Amino acid sequence: MRKRTFLAAATALFLAGSIGSTAWAADKLKVGFIYLGPVGDLGWTYQHELARQALVKEFGDKIETTYLENVPEGPDAERAIEQLVRAGNKLIFTTSFGYMDPTLKVAKKYPNVHFEHCSGYKRDKNMATYSSRWYQGRFIQGQIAAKMSKDGVLGYIGSFPIPEVISGINATMLGAQTVNPNIKVKIIWANTWFDPGKEADAAKALLDQGADVIMQHTDSPAAMQIASERGKPAFGQDSEMIKFGPKVQLTSVMDTWAPYYISRVKAELDGTWKSEDTWGGLDTKMFQMAPYTNMPDDVKKMAEETQAAITGGKLQPFKCPVVDQDGKTVPCEGGDHLSDKQILSMNFYVKGVDDKMPGK
Amino acid sequence: MYLVLEKRAERSHTIALVSPLVAIGLTIVTMSILFAIIGKNPVAALDAYFIAPLTDSYSLQEIAVKATPLVLIAIGLSLCYLANAWNIGAEGQFLIGAVAGSWIAVKTQGTDAGYWVLPAMLLLGAAAGALYGLIPAICKVRFGASEILTSLMLVYVADLFLDYLVRGPWRDPAGFNFPTTADFDPVATVPVLIEGSRLHLGAVIALVVVAAASVLLGRTIKGFEIRVVGAAPRAARFGGFNSNHLILLTFAISGGLAGLAGIIEVAGPVGHLQPGISPGYGFTAIIVAFLGRLNPIGILIAGLFLALTFIGGEQAQITMKIPLDVTKVFQGLLLFYVLACDSLILYRFRLIFPSRQVPRGTG
Repeated sequence: MRKRTFLAAATALFLAGSIGSTAWAADKLKVGFIYLGPVGDLGWTYQHELARQALVKEFGDKIETTYLENVPEGPDAERAIEQLVRAGNKLIFTTSFGYMDPTLKVAKKYPNVHFEHCSGYKRDKNMATYSSRWYQGRFIQGQIAAKMSKDGVLGYIGSFPIPEVISGINATMLGAQTVNPNIKVKIIWANTWFDPGKEADAAKALLDQGADVIMQHTDSPAAMQIASERGKPAFGQDSEMIKFGPKVQLTSVMDTWAPYYISRVKAELDGTWKSEDTWGGLDTKMFQMAPYTNMPDDVKKMAEETQAAITGGKLQPFKCPVVDQDGKTVPCEGGDHLSDKQILSMNFYVKGVDDKMPGK
Repeated sequence: MYLVLEKRAERSHTIALVSPLVAIGLTIVTMSILFAIIGKNPVAALDAYFIAPLTDSYSLQEIAVKATPLVLIAIGLSLCYLANAWNIGAEGQFLIGAVAGSWIAVKTQGTDAGYWVLPAMLLLGAAAGALYGLIPAICKVRFGASEILTSLMLVYVADLFLDYLVRGPWRDPAGFNFPTTADFDPVATVPVLIEGSRLHLGAVIALVVVAAASVLLGRTIKGFEIRVVGAAPRAARFGGFNSNHLILLTFAISGGLAGLAGIIEVAGPVGHLQPGISPGYGFTAIIVAFLGRLNPIGILIAGLFLALTFIGGEQAQITMKIPLDVTKVFQGLLLFYVLACDSLILYRFRLIFPSRQVPRGTG
């Protein structure tokens, strides 16, 4: 019996070794990326690409990076990820929620390769997750929006009613309500992350319905361009979009993945990589606010103070009591604010959102 | 002296055979020039595209996985096109098949339903695809509505219907509102052929369908009818063939195969129902059908070839850092050359030496 176990173990070791040897043909650490959009989308994928370029700058010859762009979140994703593994990549970033299951499948198949999945909730020994507390930035934007809106109506372009987007809408409203308790928000669900045509139509519709500040949770600068044409203030998304609305962009929640990517690649090089769940906020610079522009000085001052308070941990956007749309107080599971778990699975609107959540 | 394109007295069988090869040759030459321009070694790039994927078993399996839905759909489409029925909506029939089959998977989830689940899913998927395909066919036969338009528009209906289901009633309760059903149970999953691989039973089904279509077209009266109705509608009428009947039949078969491909894809490589299950298979299959000259074996080869360009495109992105756009240019060029070369089956080039007296026509 014992001998058998030994043989099995030896065989397993041998197999693992032979699989490994095909992969470490080069000394450089190979780092792979799976992108949802084209690298030139100027939003979500572009920011990941900038972080990849920062990696190359930081580590130079020590690493070799590869990316596959425009990978659909369907049956092709698993193959694309596996292709990166087979090409010898040892650390692979899959940068969209829809890659969660494909990443997990490939991770189970290749226990010696490390995976980093952006914005999902499934993890494994060799599959870490990372995301940002964008709701913090949305709270600041809500305050600014309420100050800038003349009629007290905000226009919000939603992508999909998932917790990340819902918590963004709620944080915006909670921020806006600190300035104007009667603020209203109109929401249009674009049902896409990236479709400049649809995003532009949504922005036009919102403005036509009387919204006078545009905010978005979709990835292209199309809405910013419409706002710019109409001379209405707007917020960028994912990246600095001031080019598309030099006279109207107030600020933008910019994804700055570079520090995180650098720390993870460093850990991989040092042999200290561990599967973790990272949910970084303003304090860790997981995202940053674009310069506050096109607003009066007092609004800018307020935004900067709020940002400092959130960064320092003195202000929690989801401070208890949080009251939902129907007037019920939400259980307070995180001490004096909602717990991370509550925010990550948020499935309700806060009081003041006059909209029915799709599918509810 | 100038060059004209002149109609041949009859179609050239030599060219019909040679033209795909010429097209591939021209594509390779053009791409080599393009690779050289962007500073990549053409030989290495072509190796990454065409040779490397054919030399290891993993890539070969992935080619088969990718080709499976394309071949299944294209076989059905070829029957339509041979009978002069223009089904452009295979994408919608694919989605409806996926939805209908998934219904059983969703309803039996977590129960101890037995091994009947998967066969039932496949049957229902095919049946739903066939019925969905019949809608434009009936509109065509009864009301004379253009099947090109109606079948195409039904794609969007199917797409939005799927969208509604996965965002609403069928949404995974444990999935944080993300638009997807829960993962299917093992009995509702298409089995893989090789442990640890993605190559699944669907590939075998596709091969069976190719064989069946060959027999249908080559050996049966029905197949003969389909071809005659398409090639010579008047002769077919004199022969007593009912072209309306054939439109219904070919649309049903084509919709059924697309539906089958849909449920196989969902119950196979994807494992649950979600939006975006098809990266345009229904439309790519139109290319496959024509690239394969509407012939079952040709379609099998064309499907595998197109799958190769996808897999090869990824390998070129990885090993040569060639952008995805180049792969798209590559696929576009290939089609362009295939269509261009095909015109030589019915036409030929001729040099004209105009005599001095006659003023040159403008053509």
